[in-house]
Amino acid sequence: MTELLLVLCLPLIGAFTLGLRGDRPWAAEANASFSLLTLLAALALTARVMSLGPQVVLAELFFVDAFNVFLVALTAFVGFTTSLFSRVYMRVEQDRGRVTVRRLRLYHAMYQMFMFTMFLALLTNNVGILWVALEAATLATVLLVSLYRTPESIEAAWKYFILCGVGIAQALFGTILLYVAAERVLGAGGSALLWTHLYEVKDQLEPTVLGIAFVFLLVGYGTKVGLAPLHNWLPDAHAEGPTPISAVLSGLLLNVALYAVVRNKVLVDAAVGNHLPGYLMMGFGLLSVLVAAFFLYRQKDVKRLFAYSSIEHMGIATFAFGMGGPVAAFGGLLHMTAHSLTKSAIFFAVGHAVQKTGTQVMSDIRGLIHHSPAVGWGLMIGGIAILGIPPFGVFASEFIILTTAMRDHPWAAPVLLLGLGVAFAAIFTRLQAMVFGDTTAKRLPRPPALLPVFVHLLLVLVLGLYIPPYLAAWYRQAAAMIG
Amino acid sequence: MSTPLVGQIINLLAAVLLLIVFAMLAQRRLLRLIHLFALQGAVLTLNTLVVAVTLHQSHLYFSVILNLVLKVIVLPWILIRLVDRLDLRRDAESVGNLPLIMLVAVVLVILSFNVALPISELAGTMTRGTLGIAMASVLISFLMMITRRKAVAQVIGFLSMENGLFFAATSATYGMPMVVELGIALDVLVATFIFGIFFFQIRETFDSLDIRNLENLKDRE
Repeated sequence: MTELLLVLCLPLIGAFTLGLRGDRPWAAEANASFSLLTLLAALALTARVMSLGPQVVLAELFFVDAFNVFLVALTAFVGFTTSLFSRVYMRVEQDRGRVTVRRLRLYHAMYQMFMFTMFLALLTNNVGILWVALEAATLATVLLVSLYRTPESIEAAWKYFILCGVGIAQALFGTILLYVAAERVLGAGGSALLWTHLYEVKDQLEPTVLGIAFVFLLVGYGTKVGLAPLHNWLPDAHAEGPTPISAVLSGLLLNVALYAVVRNKVLVDAAVGNHLPGYLMMGFGLLSVLVAAFFLYRQKDVKRLFAYSSIEHMGIATFAFGMGGPVAAFGGLLHMTAHSLTKSAIFFAVGHAVQKTGTQVMSDIRGLIHHSPAVGWGLMIGGIAILGIPPFGVFASEFIILTTAMRDHPWAAPVLLLGLGVAFAAIFTRLQAMVFGDTTAKRLPRPPALLPVFVHLLLVLVLGLYIPPYLAAWYRQAAAMIG
Repeated sequence: MSTPLVGQIINLLAAVLLLIVFAMLAQRRLLRLIHLFALQGAVLTLNTLVVAVTLHQSHLYFSVILNLVLKVIVLPWILIRLVDRLDLRRDAESVGNLPLIMLVAVVLVILSFNVALPISELAGTMTRGTLGIAMASVLISFLMMITRRKAVAQVIGFLSMENGLFFAATSATYGMPMVVELGIALDVLVATFIFGIFFFQIRETFDSLDIRNLENLKDRE
């Protein structure tokens, strides 16, 4: 199946090409071109899966179904728009002498490598390879977090490396336990770790072992999702790295880690039959929403603010998948999409705002709207969208999740509402001051890349107003599978 | 070889592994720590070899070679070269309240055996009794990462944790499928290289490899 191979190979070829030639002036354009080609391949793959249904290819190495093909398309899309933003952003950073040409080569090569690990994690049929790909994603991004070589960025990268490394080691232990249980049913050898085989026998797997395995898997991959209390690496890594990396960490990595949790949850749910995985995920989700909401209040740094907001939203999505059932899963999927698009758009706007004002401290960013109305409006609209104000997509998904929570788990609804309310107050007041008020912004030598911001926000608006029937069908299909 | 004898050998090697991980927890000198890490890799390889030969698990030969090359030769060699280039050969650090740390480690061992009990009853392998030890090695390595203040020692804790996980895979299932094992080995190797790059970045920026320099990022008031 050529499309699938292209989706995997293009970023890999891109990584090696840019690793060798990434110091040339056209490296940023090459990065964007590789991302565009990957996006086209991903769209072709999506079209194929939508017409032919789920597929297992290449001696069962890879598989695509409604759930992962939707994330592949989203990942490729955000990867492409971020590469457009990064083209302008990194040029400005280079002009200012914050990065050298050699570090830009590393940056571009690792950007493509990160995209490769994301696609590998999504498309692989092997539970073990999923682990390998997620660990490789940390390895690809860790040197990017420390790209500026400031003391803060090195500290952030070290923390990211150690915490995610330790976290994901727990997930490996969980995977080993899963293999122990699967081996008894499927026999030793490769097939006992393949999703497609595991799903066929999911109700025959040993419940005790799978229950213990799920705790390790949830803690392990949950560290990467940024669930409280394992979220410590996330704000630092987002705040100290280059902004395009913050955008892909928030928009893509967290989603893919959550994908790993949800895939395992479906398996364990069927095996244990007592809804324990669901309650664990709901607990972690609610805790993340609350912790993030109250930390939001204390933030002074604009990128840390939106990093905590990512923790909050991943908490909401985890809660939704934890509730289970097709409606909640539909809401969770929609929330993943809307959050990914909105948050990356916000990081694009924040990136330009920080370059214009020369600071990440919120009290020093003032009056964006006077000097650069487009950046100001981009940030304002993005902020409104992420706070869940209608008519944007985040509102639609939060509405679905909240109403389902009220029906099925009424005790959880007030907690969610409290978290959302506190987050709203914390972000909105900051946003207003940054966008309006007296200006501190300066003109930049290069025009900002605002197309990605508004394209993303337009898509989120469309998701809120009207979900096209084929997209809704696709979500429903995926939701039925994981609900 | 008779089965009880094989069982005895495997249990003996597992016990040696547990002792090594305790020794690592208490070892203050960096160079000795690396030697212990290499020894841990060697015992692990020997254990895998015994399982492969006596229980006719031919796919484990591949793991034996991978382990021998990666954990006994390549990783310790990289670490020793790093220590040389960073001029840390004589480096030692205080480990803190050692008796307390040892007590915590003992509690971790008891805990691991309890958690591992239901799993090892189900596992169909002859080596299943050692799963508790594997889990204890993982947790004690984790404890070592928490108690150390020097970056290199933390990384050795990280690698020793990976060794514990590998041991868990051999004792509970006779090893993971080959493609997964290769992937994990590749990740560990790349991670060690990146850790090496980091040591230089940290030293260049802070003039020392003390992690206490890396505790400034908080939510600033």
